[in-house]
Amino acid sequence: MSDIPPLVLVRGPEELLADRAVAAVLADLKVEAPDLDVVRVGPDYHSGQLVMDTSPSLFGGSTCVVIEALHEASEDLHADLLDYLAAPAEHVTLVVRHAGGPRGKKVLDALVAGKARIFECPAVKSDRDKSDFVTNEFRRAGRKVTPEAVRALVEAVGKDLRELAASCAQLVVDTEGVVDDRVVETYHGGKVEATGFRVADAAVAGQAGEALRLLRHAIATGVDPVPIVAVLAGQLRQVVRVGSASRGASSAVLASSLGMAPWQVDKARRLASGWTPEGLATSIQAVAAADAEVKGGGRDPVYAVERAILTIAEARAAGRR
Amino acid sequence: MTVWDDVIGQEQVVTTLDRAARTGEGMTHAWLFTGPPGSGRSVAARAFAAALQCPLSGCGECRECRTALEGSHADVRVLATEGLSIKVEQARELVQEGGLRPSVGRWRVILVEDADRLTERAADALLKALEEPTARTVWLLCAPSTEDVIITIRSRTRHVRLRTPPVEAVADLLVRRDGVDPAMAGYAARAAQSHVGLARRLARDEGARIRRRDVIVMAGAIRSVGDAIGAAHDLATIAEEESGAASAERDAAERARLMELLGADAAARTQPPHVRAQLSSLEREQKARATRFGRDVIDRALLDLLSVYRDALLVHLGTPVALVNQDAVESVQTVARAFRPEGLLACMDAIGLARERINANVAPLLALEAMALSLRVEPRSAG
Ligand SMILES: [Zn+2]
Repeated sequence: MSDIPPLVLVRGPEELLADRAVAAVLADLKVEAPDLDVVRVGPDYHSGQLVMDTSPSLFGGSTCVVIEALHEASEDLHADLLDYLAAPAEHVTLVVRHAGGPRGKKVLDALVAGKARIFECPAVKSDRDKSDFVTNEFRRAGRKVTPEAVRALVEAVGKDLRELAASCAQLVVDTEGVVDDRVVETYHGGKVEATGFRVADAAVAGQAGEALRLLRHAIATGVDPVPIVAVLAGQLRQVVRVGSASRGASSAVLASSLGMAPWQVDKARRLASGWTPEGLATSIQAVAAADAEVKGGGRDPVYAVERAILTIAEARAAGRR
Repeated sequence: MTVWDDVIGQEQVVTTLDRAARTGEGMTHAWLFTGPPGSGRSVAARAFAAALQCPLSGCGECRECRTALEGSHADVRVLATEGLSIKVEQARELVQEGGLRPSVGRWRVILVEDADRLTERAADALLKALEEPTARTVWLLCAPSTEDVIITIRSRTRHVRLRTPPVEAVADLLVRRDGVDPAMAGYAARAAQSHVGLARRLARDEGARIRRRDVIVMAGAIRSVGDAIGAAHDLATIAEEESGAASAERDAAERARLMELLGADAAARTQPPHVRAQLSSLEREQKARATRFGRDVIDRALLDLLSVYRDALLVHLGTPVALVNQDAVESVQTVARAFRPEGLLACMDAIGLARERINANVAPLLALEAMALSLRVEPRSAG
């Protein structure tokens, strides 16, 4: 038996999560009522429409009315919703989506007072949120994922949450056992962001040959050198910032004070151990020079990036001696 | 009183322009005003526009003078760019307007404040108008230097070069025009290195003075690599705060005005397509303006920073010249003690390089980081 109450509120700005919540509610209702009548109320609402949608049909049966965006709804819909909430219909489940903002406050209050079930859909923005999201995706599917794989996925497709979710789903379906970074690599190694990170990881780890090979490959497949330089700069910056923060602080504390994900802090800490401050300084200056060249100051942008990579690898080797 | 009152420290230029407006001697259909930022290029160009319209050739008091100076004269069109470039459509509009006879005034004046921001195609469009002059139309183009406009435009204009006005003249203007107290005016003019607009902001806005102070103490305080990366981050943040503070209110006001103009309901969360299209084009413009403004703010902060090293160099050389940072002598002394003259020159080069790089689209934070690393005080050069 479905345990969905007659009122449901899906609130928060993350669309993907909200879509999922609504889909889950509908799926749940359909178990009980396979011929459920679903009415979606969008922006083109006419006053009085809700009364018609919620009045019982001749043949009986259940209805689910989904208000797609209360935060953008007209005054008419607000008024009709308040009327409805004063006397809800028995055969109807009302699902209201609200992405945030001050509009529709009265309706929200009435929903809460009517004991609506609330699904929270907070924004997934920071790398930290995204890491948590990925971990949770695999947990829901009953799969194990390594922290390195989570990191690799966020780096590769983390820009768009839907893509991130789709990638998790694909990995769940296509693979077996523990999902580790090698598995992710197989699927997403060709992504621009991933390429930039791999080049940067190799360079900052002092592996000049590997970094140059990855760079060549990236350029050959049409990757622009500009984002690669940006990633190099970002990685070196993180090493400096984490390296100059107090040594005693935990990853979690540092992560929140520096606005980084804990795995980024751990990674930067690992990398920092092989570096001297002077080596980092030389490297950052080399990357700035390369950025000037790839932005049009130099004749051969690829060579500019190669030179920066060699400088970085050399600066790192000098620190280990 | 005359229209030339606010054109300070430019006696030569004023003589030339005044004579052209008064007697027609040396008058031509296109002029190029150049001079460093803050030297008053557009102030001089507006004064000239007023002098051309005034029956008394620039009395400064009649209706023609006043409206021309304010920018509301029917025959004086001023194009002030907020974005990073002037597009070909805007240039074509100007050319079209330049082809018309003056409606009420003696001349039709078209003033382009940032001719250095003309795109290549926009410059080509203007060139046609400059090649085939219209009888009573005058073009006034402003740019930092002649190198900033294409040579074909340069060769078709008469060049007027403004110099950096003396500190005293700027201070005097602040006292006379803006009612600033003389001591504050002196500080602001010196600190702004004679940039008139900046001096006025410093004199009036305490926040601007604090931000400047924060930048100045940075010099000489960068020791470790961590300090340098932190200082770059702080500089970028200071610039962000300043450009944010300056634009947020204005952006909102512009949006409200546009909504009113379109008769749209500002409270509605969803807008009809034609309103949305206009809003998103306004947002694009505002973003371009914010980018330009942010860069300008960073550039000014870098000029402040540069002035400390230059002052420190003067201290080393024992040159009896007034310091730019007279109000922050301790900071200057600290820097002078920390670096030898060669070291100071290297720091100044590093700042200059960062300015060039940011201007050439290098990621600002990265350019600042590379610079700050070169500004580190090395223990061995101390003492
Ligand atoms: Zn007059």
